[in-house]
Amino acid sequence: MAFLEVKNLHVEVEDKKILNGLTLSVEKGQVAAIMGPNGSGKSTLAYVLAGKDNYRVTEGDVLLDGESILGMAPDERSAKGMFLAFQYPVEVPGVATMTFLRTALNAQRKTRGQDELSTPEFMKLVRDTAGHLGISQDMLRRAVNVGFSGGEKKRNEILQMAVLQPRLAVLDETDSGLDIDALKIVADGVNRLRSPDRSMVVITHYQRLLNYIVPDVVHVLANGRVAKSGGKELALELEANGYAQFQGEAA
Amino acid sequence: MKTDTRAMKTPAEQALSAAFAAARSGLPGKGPLVALREDAFRRFDAAGLPHRRIEEWKYTDLRALMREARPLAEPAKAKGVVPGLSGVEASRIAIVNGRYEPDWSDFKAGDPGITLTELFAFAAERTSYRLGDVPGKDDTAFWLNTAFMTGGIVVRVKKGVSIEKPVHLAHVFASTTAAAMYPRCVVIVEAGASLTLIESFDGPDGIDYQVNSAIELVIGEGASVDHIKIGRDGDAALRVSTLGATVDAKAKYRDFAFTTGGAVVRNQTFVRFVHEGTEASVSGATLIRNRQHVDNTLLIEHAAGGCTSRERFRSVLDDESHGIFQGKIVVEPHAQKTDAKMASHALLLSDEAEADNKPELEIFADDVQCGHGATAGALDSALKFYLMSRGIPDKQAEALLIQAFIGAAIEEIAHEGVREALMQESVEWLDARA
Repeated sequence: MAFLEVKNLHVEVEDKKILNGLTLSVEKGQVAAIMGPNGSGKSTLAYVLAGKDNYRVTEGDVLLDGESILGMAPDERSAKGMFLAFQYPVEVPGVATMTFLRTALNAQRKTRGQDELSTPEFMKLVRDTAGHLGISQDMLRRAVNVGFSGGEKKRNEILQMAVLQPRLAVLDETDSGLDIDALKIVADGVNRLRSPDRSMVVITHYQRLLNYIVPDVVHVLANGRVAKSGGKELALELEANGYAQFQGEAA
Repeated sequence: MKTDTRAMKTPAEQALSAAFAAARSGLPGKGPLVALREDAFRRFDAAGLPHRRIEEWKYTDLRALMREARPLAEPAKAKGVVPGLSGVEASRIAIVNGRYEPDWSDFKAGDPGITLTELFAFAAERTSYRLGDVPGKDDTAFWLNTAFMTGGIVVRVKKGVSIEKPVHLAHVFASTTAAAMYPRCVVIVEAGASLTLIESFDGPDGIDYQVNSAIELVIGEGASVDHIKIGRDGDAALRVSTLGATVDAKAKYRDFAFTTGGAVVRNQTFVRFVHEGTEASVSGATLIRNRQHVDNTLLIEHAAGGCTSRERFRSVLDDESHGIFQGKIVVEPHAQKTDAKMASHALLLSDEAEADNKPELEIFADDVQCGHGATAGALDSALKFYLMSRGIPDKQAEALLIQAFIGAAIEEIAHEGVREALMQESVEWLDARA
């Protein structure tokens, strides 16, 4: 069975139907790219997977490792291995990045019945990863994302992912707002986390990111469902021909 | 035509009149002090308890909230424990049931830079000091304190002396039946001297005791004073505390009010800058629940130019609690180059909680920088989702955000130990919520 199974998912936001019977499987260790035009439901899918409020599932199911997660709170999903890298990471004034990382990691471990990580182990984990991502000690001391540039915020998302070691990482337009150098750093960080035990869903509007994070499969979303699936060459085809071919197919 | 708008006396007002008539001859102090009390009571009696039609008391209607007036608290009989502040080493001065209790205190005399004198002993020996002649002297609750004041302490820090160890005025209600206490303290910090002054209010839960306290602060030229007031009263207590501060040229004054206790609490702070170049901040943090009512009211008078003031308050309101902030900044006509900014933020944790923010600016000078801001709202759901998506459970995510919110106020406190102690008290308040 696939690690993530989205089955015939119908979702409404403020009485507007966004997802219309979306079905999708992501295998263990697979990197799946989700592409699609604006408004096709990409970000909605990301939020529904993470468990954000106000997204009403009217039909269908989402299974993570064979278990339905729709009734779970965001923190329970997280403890089960779900991670969402936000398109727009929020600023959390007054909560130091280090404190935040540590609180999150230990909360997850507690939920899973594991012991807290010791301070030296934790410090080493954060320092090593932060170094790769070009995140300074100063940034780690500062409040989460407060005063960070767009690129720093995205790097901080990848740092969190590296520390929390999820089994499923959903990256929502992680490339948006990044220049080419920042994109390379972020993609490197993601590639370092590729593993046979970790699935990834990489949501993007543009093919560019997929030059750096090469997917195993590409799914095209249109009108709230998967319109086409294929190998990584599908992304290049979209780059050449655009999304127009999918736009007309109304639900 | 003169109309008497004064309503009939409430039972509490009648009880106060009777109490004053009974106590007047026995209250401490001689000569001018007797006249001072009589005059104060006459004024109070004419005005009555402040109520909602008096703008300054709009949200704290004492006539309605103070159903009965408690009898004057007797001096404490047995020696008891004075609650401190965790991890903070301070010279503790106990004011128990409204009277200075040397036996309960642990102030070590010997520092020649600081003197302690019992209030009435001080009034007798230093007749040049005009007791009660401070900003706030026209307030009704202050008159009531003057009429009934039973004791207190006078702290003097001599010119140019830096007192490293904080001085802690610990007010304790130590009776087992409801009563009222009226402490009055005076703190004089002479030119160039510095002092960290902690004031705390503690008392048992379940007893509806009443506190009407007043403190006079006289801050000399170039002096530096940090005043931290901690309200941990019992859950049925009613407390009104008045602070009147006169701040001289180039002084630094930081005032912080931290309130978690009491059923009804009113902190009123009157500050007047009389010479140029003063820097002051008046700030506070309130964490309340159930049906607690806490009112922080300030009047900051810029009577001299070139002074900077910052007023920053934050409150966390749970259940059916009611938090009030009223801040008024007055800039007098000649007080040019005044820089005054005021902000009040309330975090509402329940639909039934209520926050009232009333910032006011009265500016009579034309070359000033003044501003104010006020917000009231629930926890940011986007922030909470972000934290929860990282595995932090609901209540813990809320606690982290509330702690960050209140921490932004507590950061104002210069003394590290006090800052940490109050952060810890906030965490304990949050733990009790979960």
